[in-house]
Amino acid sequence: MTVFLTFLGLLAITFFIGRVIPIDPVLAVVGDRASNAVYEAARVQMGLDQPLPVQFFRYVVGVFTGDLGRSVSTGRSVVEDISRFFPATLEMATIGIIIGVVVGVPLGVIAASRQGSWIDQIIRIVGLLGYSMPAFWLGLVGLALFYARLRWVGGPGRLDIFYDGLVSPVTGLLLVDSLLAGEFDIFFNAITHLILPASVLGFFSLAYIARMTRSFMLDQLNQEFVTTARVKGVPERVVIWRHAFNPIRVQLITVIGLSYAGLLEGSVMIETVFSWPGIGNYLTTALLNADMNAVLGSTLVIGAVFIFINKISDVLYRVLDPRAR
Amino acid sequence: MTSTRDWLLEDSPTSLWQANAGRAYRVFMALLRNPLSALGGVIILVLILTAIFAPWIAPFSATGQNLQARLLPPSGVNLMGTDELGRDIFSRVIYGSQITLTIVGLVALISAPLGLLVGAVAGYFGGWTDRLLMGFTDIFLSMPKLILALAFVAALGPGINNAIIAIAITSWPAYARIARAETLTIRNAEFIQAVQLQGANPLRVIVQHILPLCTSSMIVRVTLDMAGVILTAAGLGFIGLGAQPPLPEWGAMISRGRTFILDQWWVATMPGFAIIIVSLGFCFLGDGLRDVLDPKSEGK
Repeated sequence: MTVFLTFLGLLAITFFIGRVIPIDPVLAVVGDRASNAVYEAARVQMGLDQPLPVQFFRYVVGVFTGDLGRSVSTGRSVVEDISRFFPATLEMATIGIIIGVVVGVPLGVIAASRQGSWIDQIIRIVGLLGYSMPAFWLGLVGLALFYARLRWVGGPGRLDIFYDGLVSPVTGLLLVDSLLAGEFDIFFNAITHLILPASVLGFFSLAYIARMTRSFMLDQLNQEFVTTARVKGVPERVVIWRHAFNPIRVQLITVIGLSYAGLLEGSVMIETVFSWPGIGNYLTTALLNADMNAVLGSTLVIGAVFIFINKISDVLYRVLDPRAR
Repeated sequence: MTSTRDWLLEDSPTSLWQANAGRAYRVFMALLRNPLSALGGVIILVLILTAIFAPWIAPFSATGQNLQARLLPPSGVNLMGTDELGRDIFSRVIYGSQITLTIVGLVALISAPLGLLVGAVAGYFGGWTDRLLMGFTDIFLSMPKLILALAFVAALGPGINNAIIAIAITSWPAYARIARAETLTIRNAEFIQAVQLQGANPLRVIVQHILPLCTSSMIVRVTLDMAGVILTAAGLGFIGLGAQPPLPEWGAMISRGRTFILDQWWVATMPGFAIIIVSLGFCFLGDGLRDVLDPKSEGK
């Protein structure tokens, strides 16, 4: 119910933004040399003569039946565009969150178990940098260093030009599609292109995940049952990973869900830097072309996924943690 | 000299002015004791001084072009090198501090009072007012901030003023939540009841007696949020929706340097360092202020 209300709120905001724009949507369609009669006819045809609540109702119905209008710059329907671009974003964000979790959680645990040591300080600094470093800047510096200087990774885009279009899209996820087609060199080429943007995204989720893991672990390590286990002579490794880490797994799910949703947002900037053909790039291109249907459509989709992921992690938390029931 | 200090630390101040000055002095001294927050304070102070004295500090003009000196690497003359129009990057970074400070200041001035008012009204009246206002706030809170800011700028048109408005629109809900929580804890306090019995109207109670008590946690939160505001503003500038050229906004400067990142790395890299240092400064200062002003939420 709250999800539905939030989504309706999101719709109201995008609708509102679409209506307050100084650009006249009718003028954009008919051009400024159209006669008054043509202008009026187009206005009626677009439903703009109706009262605002009616317009909003039609807009909501349109969205729920999968109609987000037509993009002016690509000429296709916005839904078609988004379903074409979204898998690229999904692929990058997913690899990003995997990096963030695989590196971030152990870092957080280590920092908590050696509180105050040099490794704790380093992790703290990494965390602070995650809050104060522009993602697009880190992406550019990464490109200059690892692509231009060291030649360790592939450049912008999802594949080398040579491989472009060789794999027919099934899922839209290149890593999956190339494996399905048995094209292993395309698979590895895709990895070299994906690894840098995904690592940059991963760095930002890592900073947050490590910090939260550390504070959850500190809470646990100060509990009496941990002291009891230590007094009983349980090895420190077992104390940390079984006694202290097990109870915080559920809390971590919420944190990971939140940062996954955050990555979708962060990908907007990263995609611009890496010319990554995802929804973020689509959104920024549309923004610069004043392609309002595409802007509002992508805002709506990113917003909806964001709300949805947050809700899922919330529900999972309640299902998995008996105390929260 | 000791008399000034004694006057500031007087246990029973004789005037409101003395009490406030004493409190400010204690907060200041507590901040100095923590090296990181002192560093943060110094960074912000340097930012403010740089913005004020930019014309005297910067060796060159921020917009003056010199096509014979294009894309020069960092040297003794051009500390951070020059960009594609031969402009001195160091001077542009210096002037850029004015823009950053304006953005940060205006966003704080718009969103904090707005959030305070919404939260305090919701918390004070409760019931339907509360549910309506907080429902609205929660909808805003559950949406991705950057995307929402992008959509607002797209609607309002690119430019630094619209970027400020868009960021402010997306930042107030967090402040409303805090103000509501604070208001709920003091709403039923005896001194509030006393004021009500004296016949004060709700507006007076909220503005004169509730809002002042919310300010310290608000200052902490606003300071901590400033790093995010700087990053969002720089991001808007980077995409081309924030400050427009030739304004020396740091994010827009990075965006210009993109083209040269492979050969002339300094054009895009240098403004990034400025962003990182200033954001870190706000993080440090915010952390320190939280420990001093709001000890109960320490370590959160």
